Amino acid sequence: MKVGLFIPCYVNQLYPQVAIATLELLEKLNVDVYYPQGQTCCGQPLGNSGYEEDSKGACSLFVENFKEYDYIVGPSGSCIYHVKHHFDILEQTPEVIRVRNNAYELCEFLVKILDVKDLGASFPHKVGLHKSCHGLRGLKLGSCSEMMGPHFSTEEDLLNKVKGLKLMSLSRKDECCGFGGTFSVFEEAISVKMGKDRVQDHLDSDVEVITGADHSCLMHLEGLINRNKQPLKVMHIAEILNSSL
Amino acid sequence: MKHSEKAEIFNKDEAKVNWHDKALWYVREKRDNSAHKVKGWEYLRELGSGIKANVLSNLDEYLIQFESNAKKNGIHVHWASNAEEHNEIVNSILVKHNAKKVVKSKSMLTEECHLNPYLEKKGIEVIDTDLGERIVQLAKEPPSHIVLPAIHKTKEEVDVLFQEHLGTKPSQGNPEYLVSEARKHLRNKFLKADVAITGVNFAVADTGGVVVCTNEGNADMGVHLAKAHIACMGIEKIIPQEKHLGVFLRLLARSATGQPITTYSSHFNKAEEGKEMHIIIVDNGRTEQLSREDFRASLHCIRCGACMNTCPIYRRSGGHSYDYTIPGPIGSILSPGKDLKKYSSLPFASTLCGSCSNVCPVKINIHEQLYKWRQVIVKEEKQPIIKKAILKTAGVVLSKPGLYDFAGKSARFALKNFPKFMIYNKLNAWGKARDLPEVKNDNFDEWFKKRNKDG
Ligand code: SF4
Repeated sequence: MKVGLFIPCYVNQLYPQVAIATLELLEKLNVDVYYPQGQTCCGQPLGNSGYEEDSKGACSLFVENFKEYDYIVGPSGSCIYHVKHHFDILEQTPEVIRVRNNAYELCEFLVKILDVKDLGASFPHKVGLHKSCHGLRGLKLGSCSEMMGPHFSTEEDLLNKVKGLKLMSLSRKDECCGFGGTFSVFEEAISVKMGKDRVQDHLDSDVEVITGADHSCLMHLEGLINRNKQPLKVMHIAEILNSSL
Repeated sequence: MKHSEKAEIFNKDEAKVNWHDKALWYVREKRDNSAHKVKGWEYLRELGSGIKANVLSNLDEYLIQFESNAKKNGIHVHWASNAEEHNEIVNSILVKHNAKKVVKSKSMLTEECHLNPYLEKKGIEVIDTDLGERIVQLAKEPPSHIVLPAIHKTKEEVDVLFQEHLGTKPSQGNPEYLVSEARKHLRNKFLKADVAITGVNFAVADTGGVVVCTNEGNADMGVHLAKAHIACMGIEKIIPQEKHLGVFLRLLARSATGQPITTYSSHFNKAEEGKEMHIIIVDNGRTEQLSREDFRASLHCIRCGACMNTCPIYRRSGGHSYDYTIPGPIGSILSPGKDLKKYSSLPFASTLCGSCSNVCPVKINIHEQLYKWRQVIVKEEKQPIIKKAILKTAGVVLSKPGLYDFAGKSARFALKNFPKFMIYNKLNAWGKARDLPEVKNDNFDEWFKKRNKDG
């Protein structure tokens, strides 16, 4: 099984530690991982802003880079969602279809494909999980509070396998943080208010570290936490799953 | 004004935003609890959506069937292709009855057609009889929510409004007192009304009757006391058979307020003896929306308001920031079809979180339609030059790994080395309230290359 590691553009440039943790984690689990050179971006920022047409170059490049792998795995629910749901702007060649079908968000890959039992991780802290919308409602990484049915959560399952980790419960389990890509800039006031409320829920729930499967949301929350000097840390779920004492 | 500008103004009073958010979240939670009690809720949504899809694909037949059955019941049926025609028809009926006083129960369609100002200009008194509607009517504002029209007003604000218009005593927002005063005031209006106007929640094709849902019984009160009843409906309000009401009435009340059933589900199948009943069937842009394949499903909407209550943006920006009769997520996919230019900021007033689509009792893929409208708007509406330049350039950079590498390096260099005032300035909306990420020495590409060399 050959796995192509997909690292979203902003993670590559700003959060290399998230990419490193993802790679190390997969290697630790004996996955045959490759990092194709010449990756850029899945095209999501363009698509979400209405410039889908202009994203075709980025999308085709993505397919070119990943067409030969059995699985494409990336530490970002929203980018993977974009590949799976919005790549219909490309001609649906067998390669495009294959890439779309085989793209997985990291947690989903660990649980569904690798069926991990033990991560060997330990992280003795009180953790709050921010369930990012595109992963949750888009990729169905977990049950959503609006839908009726049994509870499940891919990320919670993984975090519960980490030694010493205490998962705190929030009052609004899956409220959006207000990032939303260019929304965070063009609807600045609402975006900030939503983020502040999200951070407050974690503070009220006695959380030490906020985690999640999408670092873009975490970037937004961290920006607020740092500006307001709040006693909270932000870490991508790959970093927690990869940590040991 | 764009949505973001109105939202920013609304956000100046943070305490009020918190209160507005909590009030609507409370309704959303009530909805969750009551939906949980229905076994097969998701199946019920599926059914509701399926019936609506069937209606929309056979709309012409169902409408004709409805008309002929309604006529058999002695109801006068009128067709209006737009708002003006609708208003003229209402007026002609009022003239016929020499009516000067009208009571109206809540109807978003008459709001859409701006019926009140039209009639008031003709010297007719129109009283909205739903309590929330009456409150916004006194305040001379449009409703800010389709089920909870005055949700943006606190009890204390209502108190002041009633003192001014109804001559009540100051009560510090005592709800019992205010409701009882409103009741007295409205009773008086009901007794004197010549004609009653209602909306329509469901029009049943195989009986030719209509169903109106209210919690205050004001539709019944109006209709039973007045000489004539005018029911106004959009063409999409049809359901095929009476038995389908079982699906929709269960979905509607729970989604709207978390009640198992609305207090009054009033069936109007023909006029009472000696009285008249009229139905006006209105298009006003609906056929056009029906013709847009990507946006057709927006006509499934049964106006429960659940998408507004769940929407984290609506909760924090208020209904008036949308500046359209139907605000919130559903309004943002209906309004561009009516006026693309005026409403072009609304499909962007969303994080595409998808909660609206999950909550919608008739499974409208709202967030996917928002995404689709964005593509249409960028193509058809003039875009801000800077935004366009940035995104077009990004498209090129992201398709060329070499350029991307260069751009990434430059951006990180800038973030790290440029003086703070160059990064935190008026043009940088991100940095107004948020810090920018701290930049590390290497990006992942560089780290990876080094590791492979060393290893
Ligand atoms: S779109 Fe759906 S949730 Fe929103 S008001 Fe209409 S029926 Fe209700």
